[in-house]
Amino acid sequence: MTELISKYLPLKRSKKRNRRKRALTFSVLGVILLLILVGSGFLIDTQGLVVNFDEANSAPSWSHPFGTDWLGRDMFVRTVKGLSLSFWVGLLAAFISGVIALILSLLLLVNKTLDSLVTGLIDLFLGVPHIVALILISFMLGGGLYGVIIAVALTHWPRLARLLRAEIMQIKNSEYISVSRHMGKSWFWIAQHHILPHLMPQLFIGFILMFPHAILHEASITFLGFGLSSEQPAIGIILSEAMGYLSSGMWWLAVFPGLMLLVMVAVFDSLGRNLRKVFDPFKGQKH
Amino acid sequence: MLKVNNISFGYNSEHGVFKDISLSLKPGEILGLYGKSGIGKTTFAKIIAGYLKPDTGSVVVDGETYPFKRRNPVQLIGQHPENTINPRWQMNQVLGESGVFSDEFLRELGISNEWMHRFPSQLSGGELQRFCLARALVPETKYLIADEMTTMLDAITKAQIWETVLQLIKQRQLGMLVISHEFPLLKRTCHRILDFEDLLGKN
Repeated sequence: MTELISKYLPLKRSKKRNRRKRALTFSVLGVILLLILVGSGFLIDTQGLVVNFDEANSAPSWSHPFGTDWLGRDMFVRTVKGLSLSFWVGLLAAFISGVIALILSLLLLVNKTLDSLVTGLIDLFLGVPHIVALILISFMLGGGLYGVIIAVALTHWPRLARLLRAEIMQIKNSEYISVSRHMGKSWFWIAQHHILPHLMPQLFIGFILMFPHAILHEASITFLGFGLSSEQPAIGIILSEAMGYLSSGMWWLAVFPGLMLLVMVAVFDSLGRNLRKVFDPFKGQKH
Repeated sequence: MLKVNNISFGYNSEHGVFKDISLSLKPGEILGLYGKSGIGKTTFAKIIAGYLKPDTGSVVVDGETYPFKRRNPVQLIGQHPENTINPRWQMNQVLGESGVFSDEFLRELGISNEWMHRFPSQLSGGELQRFCLARALVPETKYLIADEMTTMLDAITKAQIWETVLQLIKQRQLGMLVISHEFPLLKRTCHRILDFEDLLGKN
């Protein structure tokens, strides 16, 4: 009998559990990869950043896996340093963005006027082309590291804020919130105990998925010349400088750093997606 | 004294659910409200407990009107306990939101200590209803509105719960409004029974 059943009804449950497990494995792998990247940014020997004309313009080899630039600097060291800087810029900007999104979406609980102001602000930011807003803010703040971080932080919150706002609106109308209100609890108490724990998975995944955006935008405004200054080993700087040398056949200046940036962004993206898979089929935290 | 003065309510402007309904509930009194399903009993209960605002008329609780800044002295027990409990909380957190309860009190309501660390999805509707009842029965509560409170329970549990509740009502001199479509239950528990249709038909 059981044979018959298993023959005609392939057990889908075990497959599902595997998918979740796989997502978790991928997430852990992604975190390890990122940790290696950031760690190596700290630990790597900065000797390679010193100008050395003897080895200028050399193609990739065993001693310089990513080649060297026109000043003889090791491209591998520059790339790793640049990615590590991008990581911190992305982390800080995504964190600030997440906090802004959370606070603004929670204003929904305060009153209607504030909420419609927030909605208007979200529409305003989503209406302006992203890169234009980035350039304007960064330029206004005089560029540099802080300019970039603040510009990226101030332009990435609207999407997440809209998501969180919808979520809050749904919980706000649930019966257990009304019951809580009739127990004499304030909205502040309800936000803290009912709503925030509910928002945490959304907020966390939103934060992770904001990361690749932030890094790419940091690189692109730096590339366009409105971001970090040229002595910093940022990926955007490396790429924009490499543009001038591409025609002379020095392909390695752009290809490897660009590839590495792509890998880091892809790792973050898959981390966010996999974490969403882990959190999303939320059926109560069972033991 | 809980007084309902000439309240009317409608979910849209053309069709009112009811019009000009009045009733009063004294402390210590158990008042039954009988009516067929779909007649507006739950809506009426929600208005008395302050969950909905009536279109006209008022609900006066010991001389005060809604909304209260403090804990509502009128507590509503509905027929869907699973909706009134945060699905992400363990049961001890659910009770903790309302206050501190003695083990004895919880035992009287048939709440087992084992359930305290479970999530709502791991308990049955009847078990959840006991928690709803427990958290509503804090000292500040003066009136209890029971809207089909024990409809989902089996006969033995029903009898157990009612015995405890009736005893508590007597002890604390609470006013209770029992809304049900089960006439025998009302006859057994209430001092006075009103037919919701009569209330509607008066106008």
